[in-house]
Amino acid sequence: MRILDIQAIEDIAIGAAVMGTGGGGDPYVGKLMAIQAIEEFGPIKLLDADEIPEDALVVPTAMMGAPTVLVEKVPNGEEVIGSFDALKEYLGKKVFATMPIEAGGVNSMIPLALAARLGLPVIDSDGMGRAFPELQMVTFHLHNVSATPMMLSDEKGNSLLLNTINNVWTERLARNATVEMGGSVMLAIYPMSGRQVKESGIHGIITLTEKIGRAIREAKEHHQEPISTVLSVVGGFELFRGKVVSISRKTDGGFVRGESKFEGVEQYKGHTLTLNFQNENLVAQTETEILATAPDLIAVLDQETALPITTEGLRYGARGVVIGIPCNDQWRTAKGIATAGPRYFGYDLDYIPVEERIKRNGKGGRE
Amino acid sequence: MAYRIGIDVGGTNTDAVVLDDQLRPIAKIKTPTTEDVTTGIDRAMAEVLSQITIKRSEIKYAMLGTTHATNAIVERKRLNQVAAIRIGLPATSAIKPLTGWPQDLKQAIGNMQFLVHGGFEFDGREIAPLDEEALRSIAREVKGKTNSVAITSVFAPVSNAHELRAAEIMREELGDIPISLSHEIGSIGLLERENATVLNAALVDVAKITAQSFVDALKREGVSANVYFGQNDGTLMSVDYAIRYPILTVACGPTNSIRGASYLAKNQNALVVDVGGTTTDVGVLVNGFPRESSIAVEIGGVRTNFRMPDLISIGLGGGSLVRFTDKGATVGPDSVGYQITQKARVFGGDILTATDVVTALGKANIGDPQKVQDLDQEQLNSAYEKIMTMTEDVIDKMKTSADPIPVIFVGGGSVILPDELQGASHILRPEHYEVANAIGSAIAQVSGQIERVFSIDELGREGAIALAKEMAIQEATKAGADPKTIEIVEIDDVPLAYLPGNATKIRVKAAGNLML
Repeated sequence: MRILDIQAIEDIAIGAAVMGTGGGGDPYVGKLMAIQAIEEFGPIKLLDADEIPEDALVVPTAMMGAPTVLVEKVPNGEEVIGSFDALKEYLGKKVFATMPIEAGGVNSMIPLALAARLGLPVIDSDGMGRAFPELQMVTFHLHNVSATPMMLSDEKGNSLLLNTINNVWTERLARNATVEMGGSVMLAIYPMSGRQVKESGIHGIITLTEKIGRAIREAKEHHQEPISTVLSVVGGFELFRGKVVSISRKTDGGFVRGESKFEGVEQYKGHTLTLNFQNENLVAQTETEILATAPDLIAVLDQETALPITTEGLRYGARGVVIGIPCNDQWRTAKGIATAGPRYFGYDLDYIPVEERIKRNGKGGRE
Repeated sequence: MAYRIGIDVGGTNTDAVVLDDQLRPIAKIKTPTTEDVTTGIDRAMAEVLSQITIKRSEIKYAMLGTTHATNAIVERKRLNQVAAIRIGLPATSAIKPLTGWPQDLKQAIGNMQFLVHGGFEFDGREIAPLDEEALRSIAREVKGKTNSVAITSVFAPVSNAHELRAAEIMREELGDIPISLSHEIGSIGLLERENATVLNAALVDVAKITAQSFVDALKREGVSANVYFGQNDGTLMSVDYAIRYPILTVACGPTNSIRGASYLAKNQNALVVDVGGTTTDVGVLVNGFPRESSIAVEIGGVRTNFRMPDLISIGLGGGSLVRFTDKGATVGPDSVGYQITQKARVFGGDILTATDVVTALGKANIGDPQKVQDLDQEQLNSAYEKIMTMTEDVIDKMKTSADPIPVIFVGGGSVILPDELQGASHILRPEHYEVANAIGSAIAQVSGQIERVFSIDELGREGAIALAKEMAIQEATKAGADPKTIEIVEIDDVPLAYLPGNATKIRVKAAGNLML
């Protein structure tokens, strides 16, 4: 067990934006929610997964909907409280702790803000090890944990208990309800026993995001080169360095899809990198080679500060370093690749781990 | 003849120009900016007018770009006592108004924040009915303590109805009090828009006094002109509007210099390199306007979502200190600044500056070239190299493609830059380059802008953009633009993730010449 203070929240927010791999929503609003909650209710207890009793009830929390709505219609922070009470009644058990399902982007912060407010501990685990666009794209799903019973709640006091036959239905029904409830709702989802968390979670992820954020902050304070520090913290690879020369986006089925092109600088001069994204970055390729695909993480960092640049924040002329980070091994199973591999997102590509691609391509990629 | 006078107050200099009806400069002056700003403006105006013999009554327009508002925020002085009201309950209370503000600034504006029920969803439905009774009781509470009100409602860019009604109620309760409404100030992003609205409310007295003293100074010089203020986007607003929306003036300086450069060089698409005494600002000119930054901008420690010109500043200017180390020459970032005319070698001082280097190399003729004859040629060359690579690097950073593009040099310090640079197709050094910012202020157009969420499924993309364009043109006409000259200068559409109906945020800006 350790305590997360306001500095920890600041660091986690930056690390979470890196793990957001271009999407996941700006953690800024979530960060302010968590800070205000700590100021009002005190710091947050962070537990390792192995500190949870086997039969304890753990209920992860998250926001669902459009990040653009979240930055305008800020939550009141109490949305989930009623949901926890309802789940307690439904499952006949008290909620022991909460945790993120998605450690990348704004959803890294929602459970922290709630935990401070309710005095509940947070588990240092999530179900993605990054950000993904759909509810079933979690390692819990790979272990056949059901997303339901789940609660959706809005700031007006409406809440909805969902029970579904599978997680694809959960995604479909929840998405529609979200729109009706105003485009951004809070979820209490994937209720699990302590044992299930230990089996299916990605562990140590909050600590990892905190380390990333701290590395970026300290590199700035000490005037050090931040990119290589980040790469060594996450065990990642530099894929490309360049300047954004074009970017196109469109909404399609509720998601922002598009691509951005980077023109190489330094040792990448003369090459172009294309990033395909659907909220998150999914495929990085040059004219001749695939460099990385989902479920591995592809992030764009500002060349000077190493601060992450989201697909929404990408603009002409931005100078970025594109990095690839190996995803958690659970994503590299057949079911993991079927759930969040390139073919699921509509790319006719085999998933090959980023470190193997680097070896095969024989260039780029210093670790 | 209808003449116009343009004044730009910068950190170091206050510049003034007079233009004739063909917008040709007929008089110009650079004077040091004074601590109270106003004295510097008076002096610049008096000096520029003394250069010409035209009848004062023929000066029909006066344009001022000023740092008054920025200074007031940075110094935490002369600010209004603001009642900051957010309409959004039961949403939004997880982050209270003025979260993240520096404590001293919060205190300086009276530290009064309120939340009431109301506001809208992204599609225009009400989150909750507006709580009018709560507004009336806030009014009773702040009566006598506040002299300016800021009202921000959730999704005000989609529907402004609750903000307008709340303003009515506050006027009924508090009488004639300045009220700042968020939908007139910022775009989507509640906290940033609210911050900007509260800052605006804090500046209304500063704006009123500045405007009044500018008008009075003109009167003293016998000029009775229509008075305009420059705003962040390079267009003008009337005095009445500037008094209501002073926050829109805080970044007009860099914009003016980029617009002035465009006008002087007769070029609509180029890089603009503005070299002062201490820093060089590089901006990008797109269709005659500065490219805007997409990053959240902080003003006095407060995060806002203003669109500011996208600039990179480096510590290179006419007064930059030059040193020689075993690793080669260094230039800047420290500078003798406005003391260049005493401290630089060519002016008899003992500090080696960038200006001394170019003079010694015979590339410029400033001060007394004899005073720098003793310098080592090799060292001078290495310093000059350094100036070139610093400039080339920053130009490369701002470019959007590998193709060389035109580069315009303006600002008094631009004499230190060479006539050829990598990445530049050609270099333009327009006449009057040293007062480009004041000229930018004088030639500014008037604009109108709209930004809101449209449903593409309902209107089609073309239909939605056409509607947005029409609304922007109406705004520009309202602001005083000649309808015959209005053009759409910017269209930006961002699809919103996870929303149905292909909801898309469209922003359109239209600008035209001042209706004469």
